[in-house]
Amino acid sequence: MTMIRVENLKKSFGKIEVLKDMSTVIEEKEVVCVIGPSGSGKSTFLRCLNRLEEITGGHVYIEGTDITNPKVDINKVRQDVGMVFQQFNLFPHKSVLENITLAPMKLKKSDKKAITEKAYELLDKVGLREKANAYPGELSGGQKQRVAIARALAMDPKIMLFDEPTSALDPEMVGDVLDVMKQLAVEGMTMVIVTHEMGFAREVGDRVMFIDGGYIVEENVPAELFGNPQHERTKAFLSKVL
Amino acid sequence: MDTIRNAMPYLMEGLQVTLYIFIIAIILGFIIGLIVALLRLAPFKILNWIAKFFVDAIRGTPFIVQLFFIYFGLNSLGFFSMDNTTAGIVTVAINAGAYFSEIIRAGIQSIDRGQTEAARSLGLNATQNMRYIILPQAFRRMLPTITNQAIISLKDTSLLSVIGIADLTQEGRIQASQTFEAFTIYLTLGVIYFIVIYLLSMLASFVERKFVLR
Repeated sequence: MTMIRVENLKKSFGKIEVLKDMSTVIEEKEVVCVIGPSGSGKSTFLRCLNRLEEITGGHVYIEGTDITNPKVDINKVRQDVGMVFQQFNLFPHKSVLENITLAPMKLKKSDKKAITEKAYELLDKVGLREKANAYPGELSGGQKQRVAIARALAMDPKIMLFDEPTSALDPEMVGDVLDVMKQLAVEGMTMVIVTHEMGFAREVGDRVMFIDGGYIVEENVPAELFGNPQHERTKAFLSKVL
Repeated sequence: MDTIRNAMPYLMEGLQVTLYIFIIAIILGFIIGLIVALLRLAPFKILNWIAKFFVDAIRGTPFIVQLFFIYFGLNSLGFFSMDNTTAGIVTVAINAGAYFSEIIRAGIQSIDRGQTEAARSLGLNATQNMRYIILPQAFRRMLPTITNQAIISLKDTSLLSVIGIADLTQEGRIQASQTFEAFTIYLTLGVIYFIVIYLLSMLASFVERKFVLR
């Protein structure tokens, strides 16, 4: 089943065209890692997938719904698309537990007890049950990011978007976050991950997408893209980062 | 001492009027400020302009002119008759509202954009984001500035004596002219204002500690 279909996506900020013409299809349970030089448009591409950026041209279909249609209830679509940010963006005035339960409490029909139980399960999953009553300010970067993942999962999303989830972390924290993401991939979550972790992309990705200059230059299974890149720009980029 | 003792019951009556006007006006003013701030930030140009015009008009004119306009000016049109207490409350509320709106707007804008992005990405709509995520954080940051404006508004109420409201200042003027003890009476008046404002700022710092920024 197709989860995300991108057709001729274009995005401009004022006169600057960041995404020029992007098309791709992401299937259910697929893990797609997006790599590319900074400023290439990979974060913008990701942010167009839940319309955090207004889309300038083309179409993005999430589970068949064209989110570029202004009549679409984007809030409803976003409930199915979790997002994890480079800077975590936890709510500092809410406890860890409240961070996780806030959106389901306001948006889901299920009762409070079930939501709280589910939140504790998610905290178990990311290994932070004992931090339920802590506040974000008391957590390390790696812990914050794992809470952010739990927060996104609390809405039972069908797709998870990760925007450089480990880029703001100290090196020793990166592993814990990647482990949680690996686990999600194993469980069959559809994931789109903008990352600089080439090892992770190679190991966990079903597909790696190389974006440069506002285009999807090349996409392939990791072994092929890393081992046998077709495009000159891909080769140049990989030679710098690998 | 006798002067003070004899004047005190009148001054206390005046203080009651001052506090009554202040409390109602400051609550109304805060509501006005919140609404104007949201209009100012709303995604509709026309609403932004209306809000900006309101703030500019209030900030650009003296309080006493606003008071005369609302009490004498509006009443002279003959569509309704507003008593002086109502006019006083309305003036203080509108005046404070304009200043509050700028404080609230700045407070809202000071919250990192990532907060809104996180909230919206979870599926919360713009109103829920404002209510549960942005405003609670913004209010904590605004509290010291809000206290400041509240104190200014409390002092502004003393100007209401010029339209004959029997507030603390008006009662003081009456006592001063009746007793010919202007020095003592006005000193007492100042001390009473000082104590009230001191208590107000103590209350504010208590609230600030209670809602400590995390």
